Amino acid sequence: MKLTCLSRGKGFYFPPCHMLSVCGFRILIDCPLDLSALAAFAPIPPGFSAVRGEEDLERPVDESDGCESGSAERKNTEKPMNAEALIRSEPWYKTVANLHLWNPSFIDVVLISSPAGMLGLPFLMRAKGFSAKVYVTEAAAKLGKLMMEDLVSMHEEFRQFYGTQEFSSPHWMKWEKLESLPSALKEIVLGTDGIELGGWMPLYSAADIEDCVKKLQRLKYAEVACYNGTINIKPISSGLEIGACNWTIRYPDGTIGFVSSSEFVPGHALEFNYNALRSCDVLIYSDFSSLDVLETANKGSNYAVPEDSSTLSDLEEVLLHADESSEEMDKLKFISSCAVDAVKAGGSVLIPIGRLGIILQLLEQISVCMESSRCEVPIFVISSVAEELLAYTNIIPEWVCKQRQEKLFSGEPLFAHVELLNGERLQVYPAVYSPKLLLHWQEPCIVFCPHWSLRLGPAVHLLRRWHGDEKSLLVWEEGMDSDIALLPFDPKEMKMKVLRCSFLSGIVLKKVRPLIHVLQPKFVMLPEDFGRQIMSPVANSYSVLHYSVNETLKLPILKEDSELEITADLISQLHWKNLKDQNLSITRLKGNLVMSDARRQILTSDELSCSKSEKPPLLWGTLDLQRLLARLSEMGIGGSLQEDSVTDGSSDARILRINAPSEALLEIRSTSTLISAANEELAFRIRDAVDGILDGT
Amino acid sequence: MAIDCLVLGAGQEVGKSCAVVTIGGKRIMFDCGMHMGYLDRRRYPDFSRAAPDGDFTGALDCIVITHFHLDHVGALPYFTEVCGYRGPIYMTFPTKALAPLMLEDYRKVMVERRGEEEQFTAEHIAACMKKVIAVDLKQTVQVDSELQIRAYYAGHVIGAAMFYAKVGDSALVYTGDYNMTPDRHLGAAQIDRLHLDLLITESTYATTVRDSKYTREREFLMAVHKCVAGGGKVLIPTFALGRAQELCMLLDDYWERMNLNVPIYFSAGLTIQANMYYKMLINWTSQKVKETYVTRNPFDFKNVRNFDRSMINSPGPCVLFATPGMISGGFSLEVFKNWAPSEINLVTLPGYCVAGTIGHKLMSGKPTKIDLDKDTQIDVRCQIHQLSFSPHTDAKGIMDLVKFLSPKHVILVHGEKPKMASLKGKIESELGIPCYDPANNENVSVPSTHFVKACASDAFVRSSLSPNFKFSRRIGEYGFSHSGDTEVRPYLQVRDERVAEGIVVIEGNKAAKVIHQDELPNFLRKERHEVKFAYCFPAHSTKKNEEPDHNFTDGLQCSSRQCSLLRALLCELSKEFRQEEIQDFGEYIKVESLHVAVCSTDQCPYRVGDHPLSGRGSMFLCCSWLAGDEQLAWKLISTIKTLDLGLPL
Repeated sequence: MKLTCLSRGKGFYFPPCHMLSVCGFRILIDCPLDLSALAAFAPIPPGFSAVRGEEDLERPVDESDGCESGSAERKNTEKPMNAEALIRSEPWYKTVANLHLWNPSFIDVVLISSPAGMLGLPFLMRAKGFSAKVYVTEAAAKLGKLMMEDLVSMHEEFRQFYGTQEFSSPHWMKWEKLESLPSALKEIVLGTDGIELGGWMPLYSAADIEDCVKKLQRLKYAEVACYNGTINIKPISSGLEIGACNWTIRYPDGTIGFVSSSEFVPGHALEFNYNALRSCDVLIYSDFSSLDVLETANKGSNYAVPEDSSTLSDLEEVLLHADESSEEMDKLKFISSCAVDAVKAGGSVLIPIGRLGIILQLLEQISVCMESSRCEVPIFVISSVAEELLAYTNIIPEWVCKQRQEKLFSGEPLFAHVELLNGERLQVYPAVYSPKLLLHWQEPCIVFCPHWSLRLGPAVHLLRRWHGDEKSLLVWEEGMDSDIALLPFDPKEMKMKVLRCSFLSGIVLKKVRPLIHVLQPKFVMLPEDFGRQIMSPVANSYSVLHYSVNETLKLPILKEDSELEITADLISQLHWKNLKDQNLSITRLKGNLVMSDARRQILTSDELSCSKSEKPPLLWGTLDLQRLLARLSEMGIGGSLQEDSVTDGSSDARILRINAPSEALLEIRSTSTLISAANEELAFRIRDAVDGILDGT
Repeated sequence: MAIDCLVLGAGQEVGKSCAVVTIGGKRIMFDCGMHMGYLDRRRYPDFSRAAPDGDFTGALDCIVITHFHLDHVGALPYFTEVCGYRGPIYMTFPTKALAPLMLEDYRKVMVERRGEEEQFTAEHIAACMKKVIAVDLKQTVQVDSELQIRAYYAGHVIGAAMFYAKVGDSALVYTGDYNMTPDRHLGAAQIDRLHLDLLITESTYATTVRDSKYTREREFLMAVHKCVAGGGKVLIPTFALGRAQELCMLLDDYWERMNLNVPIYFSAGLTIQANMYYKMLINWTSQKVKETYVTRNPFDFKNVRNFDRSMINSPGPCVLFATPGMISGGFSLEVFKNWAPSEINLVTLPGYCVAGTIGHKLMSGKPTKIDLDKDTQIDVRCQIHQLSFSPHTDAKGIMDLVKFLSPKHVILVHGEKPKMASLKGKIESELGIPCYDPANNENVSVPSTHFVKACASDAFVRSSLSPNFKFSRRIGEYGFSHSGDTEVRPYLQVRDERVAEGIVVIEGNKAAKVIHQDELPNFLRKERHEVKFAYCFPAHSTKKNEEPDHNFTDGLQCSSRQCSLLRALLCELSKEFRQEEIQDFGEYIKVESLHVAVCSTDQCPYRVGDHPLSGRGSMFLCCSWLAGDEQLAWKLISTIKTLDLGLPL
């Protein structure tokens, strides 16, 4: 088994990406898009003054002539970091650059562990020669499809603005243009070492999404899919998002557990089922979320290390202790009260958050909060897929947390937004310019809409509208550089309050070690920087291996011998031979080796091998001549022994001449016997005698 | 190893489905139903047989409920709350959501209307359902470290599932009730091709083969339409869930199309409540229903209203869905009493009614009077329409499923004895699968699959997995006529004969190990002893060799003679043995391990026996081969001996 980490991702929206090699099969885990890189592009309209914007658009045409002469001077002139520095073009999308180093036609299996993990899938699946099976949970497939469709529909606005683009690489990709970008933007486009430029792709079409979604293999949680009889793949709920999952990958020689970002006690999705990951041979730990926290807040030192002596049940208690989840709940309540305060003061609230779980819970919290403070403003959800999304979340009791499943059993809707929709307090519209929305529009209001990058979708328009209003509130997630993100919205005039919040998006640091202790794998593969800080080098029952981006880590062989199962039917047909001198029982085995359910099984072969009937016995040892003579005479075959060194070069042979019933000759050497007879029957009988005397099977 | 199946209910009857299966040391109870036709203790399965000492929790590893019909779940609260079973119970999400409605409805009918002694209370139902673990379709549920169960879509009612159970290498499927054809709101049963030792299947319609659903639906709609057009009232006694939604969709659609405004009523809040569950469980309905969801919830019926008891005798036509089905009591019985005496009214009955219910009495013959109890008698003058569509599979469906799964054994339950016997015969004769139809409280034991674990050397695994191509020549129809060449050329056939051949070695008490035969000598620390054969005989040629003796000493000429002899031989053999691959190595010809060469010495030791034809100048062919190819070698030798290899020199 080999692991290559292609990208460590960037938080919830851009999950990590790995390539696994198991039993000779290549397994890609997740195929995300880095949508935060959209920050490098200007939203539309690109500038506040339309004239200035057009000028800017014209520029690349002029430059194409003069750039050669002027390039030397221009090279080092970096544009200042302002709204004009943003790329004014139809945006491209940034995929995992390292994935492009792999030939898509050599990928056998793709596993998608969250809706965000499939945003890049249409790029991969339309590649020439791509034929891998793509496994994804039913719910993640549905949510992922909606997210992609929403992305395409929001992107349409750019298409309309810039017109259809020529097929060649866009002007902003020209090196001179890239050189002139402010360093912060340059880093977004090129990455630190420049290779990331290769990861940019023009967006797929709705037809691409359709094609991609059609080919997905949809699974339920804990449904086992068997690939090629050799690998059993099973998604297990991770708790991060509806449909998000971890994987167990079982192959004949071991089991791999893959842990993506997981939540123990989520408020919407089905809980992290860590029990299903117990006693894997290898645990690949791919939850980078606590690492991000570690880097930004440097909390590395002040977490409580659980005692190594603590029992498993203690550790499990640590795992299920919901302090981070109640913290989340408090956070949501705080946001809700801030939102309600803002609308009470006459401002509007814009919530461009992309996490379904947060949206659903905020809808519940805000409505409760509004009710208790007797505040009546409309809540709008504006997105091309919002109606379908909200409807969908109420028909998936199998995918939501236990607490919400109970609602099904007592006949209540899973999420409160169903009642809000019925009461018209919650209104859902496909776009900001929907006639119905314009009809019902009133301010102040609370708006949930995409996109969190603040470059796409209704959020751009609403932010333009409200950014100067100090009573209004922007509820926005941590993660993007706010200086760059808010550039197009005139930072000098930005008076709108901004509430930046970070949400739990994985296993908190203090639970990592207890988790691994509870799961008891033989090997743990941890991200390099992560591991060194957290795993103290105390003697563990498991070995720790560290991986880093774009380096292939090879796992030591788990088992000396391959395991095999033989049907009892076949066993009962075997003729055993005991070798007393070696305390051995031995027999020949013939059957069909079948890979089934990730096991090697030997079944009785029903078809008779067409060419040959019975294989000759396998013999070993040296032939005892006296016994052979005795045996032959018993059979009525007479002969005389002759010491004779026959020319063979290798060893001396003893010759046995047979004269009755007819002439034959045996050349007997230490490791071989040669029978020469003119008569088939005699030859056969002599062979029988030889077989009888030698040890064999 | 064996699988034991103890049938506690639904053995040669329909009602109180319950089977206790022992597989690989684990005991599973499939379904825990009650019999609607009995009011005494016969209504429940005889649980004491599952655990004579009464310790059900110890005796059973889990209970699996296939769907929410009372004949499958009706005894569950009694079993858990009264008998005291405390172990895990599994059912699908819809079953867990809807079973309590069914149970509560039944309890109310029994206690409040019939005034019977309470078998279990509303609290019992709630407490029982709390213990239930809901499962999704295809989800592999690990009951304990050895027992694995998995639900498959069965189509019969919403949430109905077939259950697969596996312990070690033994596996079985218990179908519960299922439907192999999709209906208006549910899809058809769906299952993977599994390796099964045992299939326990329902056989309600063991001998019926149904025609197209369309005509049957039409018949029903015509009957209903005719009745309401004549001012009559239509009573559709159904259970709140399943049939009610199916027929309602059908009627609602028809009403829309025909522009009818005769009211359609639901008898109680129950069905309305049930529709709410259906809306949330839409993923468990058919694909078609699911697809329409975003625009309109198909369980929002346009023409359906609530019914009030006071409306029973109000004039005018109407259609009423009343619970319970089969007119086994409750509200449907109350309405029946009022409507049955009028000939313009219509009662539609499902295809199957449990013996002992009024529905059953109405269907068996055409009674004019029905004795309700010893004091009450009802005149029956109304029309009776029997719904011939039912969410059960028909005989063809059962055969299709058995054929698809090809289990090693089949047990039939949930059917009528004579029909089951006929189906049993059919399964045994047509599919060659042993089949059983045990009566209640009978036990059937069938053998199960078992695999022996062994370890294998890499060389063995590699040799058995790597392709083993065999080339052979076949005379084909590939004519090369384009070149005018009429000669039939043999073409090469390639086969991949992947046979795992190896040696199993057990050393002392260690686990068995499978190795490749080449590894054996090394393993035994002994050298392999090979048995070879050799035979040298003169080539037969009618043309006497005119070549003078000295030519034998001339190496060049000699080899050319040898060569031409071999070429001639090769040519002849290729004609005779078209299936064998005959290789020409110049010095010798090779077929499998047989080497045929022209003997170069006069004193070849393998020239045994008399060779009457041999004389001076004869060419000898020296053959050698390995043990295993004797048959082939002797066949070739005898052929060569008959050949005239007269050299065209």
